[in-house]
Amino acid sequence: MTTFFQLLIYGLQLGSVYALLALGYTMVYGIVGMINFAHGDFLMIGALSTVFLAMAFMNTSSAALSAIQVITIILIAMIGTGLIGVLVEAIAYKPLRDRPRMTALITAVGVSMFLQNFPRALPFIGPNPRPFPRLFPLVQLNLGGVTITSTQLIMLGLSIILMVILYFIVNKTPLGAQMRAVSMDKDAALLMGININVIISLTFFIGAALASSSGIFYASIYPQVDVYMGSWLGTKSFIAAVLGGIGDIRGAMLGGFILGISEIFATSINSNLGYMIGFIVLILILLFKPAGLLGKFSIEKV
Amino acid sequence: MKFSKRFKSILPVIGLAALYGLIMLLKSMGIANNYHIQILMFAGVNIMMTLSLNVVNGFTGQFSIGHAGFMSLGAYGSAIITTLILKPSVIPASMEIPVFLLSLLVGGLVAAMVGYLIGLPTLKLKGDYLAIVTLAFGEIVRAGLRLIEPIGAARGMIGVPNYANLAWIFLFVALTLFFVRNIIYSRFGRAWIAIRDNEIAAEAMGIDSTRYKIISFTFSAFIAGVAGGLYAHVVSFIQPDTFSFVKSSDLLVFLYAGGSGSLTGSIVGALLLTSLPEALRFLASWRLVIYALVLVIVMLYSPKGITGGYELPFLRITRKDIYENRGKKISETPLQETKEGDV
Repeated sequence: MTTFFQLLIYGLQLGSVYALLALGYTMVYGIVGMINFAHGDFLMIGALSTVFLAMAFMNTSSAALSAIQVITIILIAMIGTGLIGVLVEAIAYKPLRDRPRMTALITAVGVSMFLQNFPRALPFIGPNPRPFPRLFPLVQLNLGGVTITSTQLIMLGLSIILMVILYFIVNKTPLGAQMRAVSMDKDAALLMGININVIISLTFFIGAALASSSGIFYASIYPQVDVYMGSWLGTKSFIAAVLGGIGDIRGAMLGGFILGISEIFATSINSNLGYMIGFIVLILILLFKPAGLLGKFSIEKV
Repeated sequence: MKFSKRFKSILPVIGLAALYGLIMLLKSMGIANNYHIQILMFAGVNIMMTLSLNVVNGFTGQFSIGHAGFMSLGAYGSAIITTLILKPSVIPASMEIPVFLLSLLVGGLVAAMVGYLIGLPTLKLKGDYLAIVTLAFGEIVRAGLRLIEPIGAARGMIGVPNYANLAWIFLFVALTLFFVRNIIYSRFGRAWIAIRDNEIAAEAMGIDSTRYKIISFTFSAFIAGVAGGLYAHVVSFIQPDTFSFVKSSDLLVFLYAGGSGSLTGSIVGALLLTSLPEALRFLASWRLVIYALVLVIVMLYSPKGITGGYELPFLRITRKDIYENRGKKISETPLQETKEGDV
């Protein structure tokens, strides 16, 4: 029983990483209708920039990072990655908006390759993995045999706060209403005077910023950062987004946690099974609910 | 008239033989070395894979993004025959070619069977969801192969006899082209193109879209399996991780950069983009950055791919070719017209 709860906690922490990343996939899909394969690389950019920011801060103060410094680092990394997301959209995806979806998908593969290999080619980053600095204090709490670290609690708390903020923005603010309108019908939204370009840029900004935060959280639990970390984490989060019903924000959160928890439990049996389980769960769910758990199946009109 | 027509139909064969002769000549003159030949063999395998992907993505309009899964099934299927069941040390030299061909057939059949079984429940899914299931399929195959100990698990299989040489690759690329071209312009191909262009309209015309999609998927998986078998016998070392999502996305890049829905596009895309990274090797770690930039620029400025939908004369069939035997006169419009907005 203790093992069960221990695994559940690991599952929740991995799940929160997946959920934050899946939110970006699902928002971009909902609004632009494309699968952004480069999304996972925003996670890597967030984690990598945090490494360098932390190095810069540590040089000046030379002591451990204070709480204010950590918050500043996280905010700079999130905003910076968000701006990179906006830039990527403006350069690579905007001209393709009215083209077939496969074209945008292949372009996204190209962008992903670029985002991975450009830092790899830069001499001061390079291909080697680097250690991730400790941002959060490390205190171990023991609850009846189940160990929880303060890092886990902080990252779980922060990711839930971020998700609640996002849910509030999308569902309760005028901005969110505009976003939902664009995702329902782009042309009608344009006729209602909504600036589609601004909304799409904003979606990419939010998505990339959330990916950046998930990168920071992921690297806080598995403290190693390299330029390729985004690709397979991205694939799995994408699976999580589809599992919950792509285009639905609650679905992405639910899918992320389902994937994280099932993966941890399967990994405790066999590491390759842990890798497979996400895909198996996905196929099973899609066979019975073809639009994902919370997705609505759109009726095709002639 | 009759002679010139017959001559026209064997012209591609002569051209291919001449090309092979030219390469062998270059090799004997020392201009082309084994490294070039090796790249050419990889390019041949990639052409087959891209053609196979083109059947599903380009002509049937479905999205398979896990095609490396079929390739790995074919590679393992045929390598098991030549390496584990009939060991290379046991086989007499005269039996090498039949065993090799048998193994390729087995590889193709294994992939086709799995393609059929996967296609049966999933091809009812639409568009992006199908794409995701094929992605999941590819990754499940990879992770599954990593679990099986007799075939080397994650370490892979070593000592696969390298039976495949450039001549075999040439032959199989030519055969694949022949079969794909002919099936595209057959009843099946016309049904696939109808489904791609408008599935609802195709259904209304009485085409059983699920059935034709499964046929397309199975046919494509068979080619991918044979290509995988050839690959195993070129490199003589296969590993589950070779056939990861990276491989699948490479194939997608070949297809769409070359021009999907065009057989010429698949050939040009696979040939060019297999050799480009090799040609850029002098750039060291900037190589893939340049490659990625080239890819994005091609997609942005040439949406129909490098070939822009052009088809080589011997790969093209006009209405005239189809109806000539029936004594009807039909204008010489190409059968397969790609609309603006089609992939």
